[in-house]
Amino acid sequence: MKFYNITRALRSRLHSSWMLTALIFSLLLPVLLAIGLYLKSAPLLHDQHLFTLLFSKSWKPLSGHFGMYPFIISSLWVTVIALILAGPVCLLSAIHLTQYARPIVLKIMHPVIDILAGIPSVIFGVWGILVIVPFVGNYIGPLLGKHITGYSIFSGGMVLAVMIIPFILNILIEVFRTIPEELTEVTLSLGATRWMVVKHVLLKKAFPGIISAFSLGLSRAFGETIAVLMVVGNVTRIPTGALQPGYPLPALIANNYGEMLSIPRYDSALMFAALVLLVIVILFNIISRYMIHRVEKNI
Amino acid sequence: MAGKTKISIENLNLYIGKQHILKNVTTRIPEKQITVILGPSGCGKTTLLKSMNRLTDLYSNVKVSGKIMIEGEDILHTDTDITSIRKRMGLLSQRPYPLPMNIFNNVAYGLRISGRKNKMVLRQRVQHYLELVNLWDEVKDRLHDPASSLSIGQQQRLCLARGLSVDPDIILADEPTSALDPISSEVVEKKFFDLKNQYTVVVVTHSLQQARRIADYAIFMYLGEIVEQGEASEFFSNPKQELTKSYIKGLFN
Ligand SMILES: Nc1ncnc2c1ncn2[C@@H]1O[C@H](COP(=O)(O)OP(=O)(O)OP(=O)(O)O)[C@@H](O)[C@H]1O
Ligand SMILES: [Mg+2]
Repeated sequence: MKFYNITRALRSRLHSSWMLTALIFSLLLPVLLAIGLYLKSAPLLHDQHLFTLLFSKSWKPLSGHFGMYPFIISSLWVTVIALILAGPVCLLSAIHLTQYARPIVLKIMHPVIDILAGIPSVIFGVWGILVIVPFVGNYIGPLLGKHITGYSIFSGGMVLAVMIIPFILNILIEVFRTIPEELTEVTLSLGATRWMVVKHVLLKKAFPGIISAFSLGLSRAFGETIAVLMVVGNVTRIPTGALQPGYPLPALIANNYGEMLSIPRYDSALMFAALVLLVIVILFNIISRYMIHRVEKNI
Repeated sequence: MAGKTKISIENLNLYIGKQHILKNVTTRIPEKQITVILGPSGCGKTTLLKSMNRLTDLYSNVKVSGKIMIEGEDILHTDTDITSIRKRMGLLSQRPYPLPMNIFNNVAYGLRISGRKNKMVLRQRVQHYLELVNLWDEVKDRLHDPASSLSIGQQQRLCLARGLSVDPDIILADEPTSALDPISSEVVEKKFFDLKNQYTVVVVTHSLQQARRIADYAIFMYLGEIVEQGEASEFFSNPKQELTKSYIKGLFN
């Protein structure tokens, strides 16, 4: 009996210490990553002003110019376009699936969404090259009176949108499903229509969840590399329109790391690009946390 | 039966998929009295209550037949707008579900969507209903706090005020006090007593003591059927059916 108790106590101690270790590790990982990247980019930061690196347009590694601005702007463009395209689609689908459609539809859609979420991104990239790029080049461009190849920020945004839809949609469906049915019932019994329930009550109640879903989509979109790299054109220039080619940060790193490392500071510059990427994603998350906190206080 | 009939249900049958949930339910709910629906868990009390304001429409695969007459109008077969039927009934659920808004707007919402937008009128009405449920003094200085910041008992009274705000003549309450502390529970229960001067009240409850205290008319259900119903005094002192007897003795579980 006694022995049993001791082993049990020991086991639970062990379990909790394992859990603690795992927790600390997962909390520490981003910090360690950031520190590692910072140390690697330190030589560059030592030579050049942070402000110059972030906001200079000039990317000429051979002459030691490492302005990240074109890449940062490209990344933001692609991400924002992806979110603008995917956001409303996801929100409306989630509302439809959870509030209007018959339950069987949701049952069918769930595995479909999961499969979509599991498709490797390179496949989306190939699909982008085969479908989206020609579509943008042959239809959207001429429609706007422009002669373009189709390799563009917009193509990147479209491919990304399709990629993040399953993620956002999955979360949104869960968000709407966890709102108690009684809330709908009481609102209806006050004389509201179905649409009023959605507009005045469910969307409000779901708002924190909607923000987290979107910010998760945003982070994924911002960091997505391969699929975007394949369709975005990879031209180092500040894009002035969505139909122009761009060169997002992850593509920059993926395309160049391991090559031309003989150029002084080049390695350091790519590490710095990765650091910028990480910091921006963390910033997204902090902002969305803050927004959720603000909203939750008021409902 | 004393008094006028407010809701008359005839041969109501309700299926969800292949499951027969309500079986030949026939009853008359008296006006301006408290009707209590009793019965073991899963016997269909909530379903019966919800069918009275057609919230059962929300279920998928639902099939309803029979009649539910409210003042002569069959709400299952009518051209009248469903929202205006629902507005005639205030709903109070087991746990309070305040709308995701502040305290004031929880009561004002129903008024607003039925077209009353004048600020003065709204303020006055909101105060009136909050006073009616003995909540005004507790919240008058924090009307703009979110409703979720109230205690559960306060929230339930707020929900009652919200239900009353659209000026219904029927109140449907599904175990309205089962999640409350004894004191809030008593407040809500007493409120029902006051309200029956103006409203027809239908309450589902699991508490026999509560049923004895408040009921004018009692309905006992078992497996989707009404086993016995009648004047409360008669029902509790002299039940006819064996099932009812054992339920009232508390032998059920
Ligand atoms: N949305 C639904 N879909 C399918 N079956 C349902 C649904 N709602 C209720 N039921 C079934 O209908 C029957 C009656 O349920 P109901 O909620 O009316 O019982 P109840 O008497 O209110 O029980 P309780 O006292 O536990 O609240 C149960 O067998 C339940 O499983
Ligand atoms: Mg019930």
